[in-house]
Amino acid sequence: MEPIQKDKVQQQLDSYVDQEIYLHLETTNGSYAVLRGERTISVGAFIRNVPLRFERAVIAGHGPYRVGLKMQHGWVYAEGLTDWEPERQEGLLLAGHDEEGRLAVAFQVSRTPFGKEEE
Amino acid sequence: MKPHVLVVYPHPDDETFGPGGTIILHAQAGTPVTYLCGTLGQMGRNMGNPIMANRETLPKLRKLELQQAAKILGISDLRMMGYHDKTVEFEDREVLVKRILDVIEEIQPTVVYTYYPGHAVHPDHEAMAEATVEALSRIPAEQRPVLYCQAISNNRLEALGEPDVSVDITSVAEIKLQAIKAHYTQTAQTAARLEKAYANKDPEIIPWLTVERFYTYRWE
Repeated sequence: MEPIQKDKVQQQLDSYVDQEIYLHLETTNGSYAVLRGERTISVGAFIRNVPLRFERAVIAGHGPYRVGLKMQHGWVYAEGLTDWEPERQEGLLLAGHDEEGRLAVAFQVSRTPFGKEEE
Repeated sequence: MKPHVLVVYPHPDDETFGPGGTIILHAQAGTPVTYLCGTLGQMGRNMGNPIMANRETLPKLRKLELQQAAKILGISDLRMMGYHDKTVEFEDREVLVKRILDVIEEIQPTVVYTYYPGHAVHPDHEAMAEATVEALSRIPAEQRPVLYCQAISNNRLEALGEPDVSVDITSVAEIKLQAIKAHYTQTAQTAARLEKAYANKDPEIIPWLTVERFYTYRWE
């Protein structure tokens, strides 16, 4: 992945407005976080290939970036985004990596479901 | 009975970091090793250093890494179960148990390795370990293979005491290190540190590459 180019990401976000898209959204501090100390808990959530439609999409900030998708009845939000995949044919892949290069947040939208590469 | 080893873990690299050296020793002794790997570690946080993977390319890369590491360890029969990382505990447990049991009945292992249930930390580890114990519990006691479990919880020593089995892997430490490095996306940073520490005989790191410890599972 490469550092986010804000204007190019905004262009791509705009291209998905008012269409049915598939969302992958996740955040995690790692399943082994519990081993780091008594008061640390492993925290994470992901949703994958949830279809939705949004009417407005904005990338904000100066890095790390935030993204908000405004939907008819609510919002999708992610923060801490640092990198994107500029070469990808279909779908917009954004991620936030910590100081050691580990993924801490991912935000992805695509016109087709994610996961075909797994095979 | 002809010796055959079965290894059951959920993520590519669990087999290397856990019983990697022990697997190499089994393979060097000519024993066939079957590895049932639950997922492709699709949700891993490590993406290589420099970052070379994204959430969508990671499973493909980890599959290649797993195949390479299996070759290095001497695993003769690698079977990927096709579950999605982080979701094993939510799957139909009976189906999972049955799949493991089918393999046990097919290959007739004499020794099985997995995590120690309750001391496996990651929910996928726990689910695979519990299902493995459940599958083995359905084998009549006199035919049941020996089950060796690794515990990685912080409270393992208080709860379980000292592991009763210690395998000296000194002779294959460098091969284990190669297998660790084969899981490149996951170990790019740690492998370099590990290699350096090993070369410098760092007392913190040396045990990692010289001894692997297991609890013989006690059936009630």
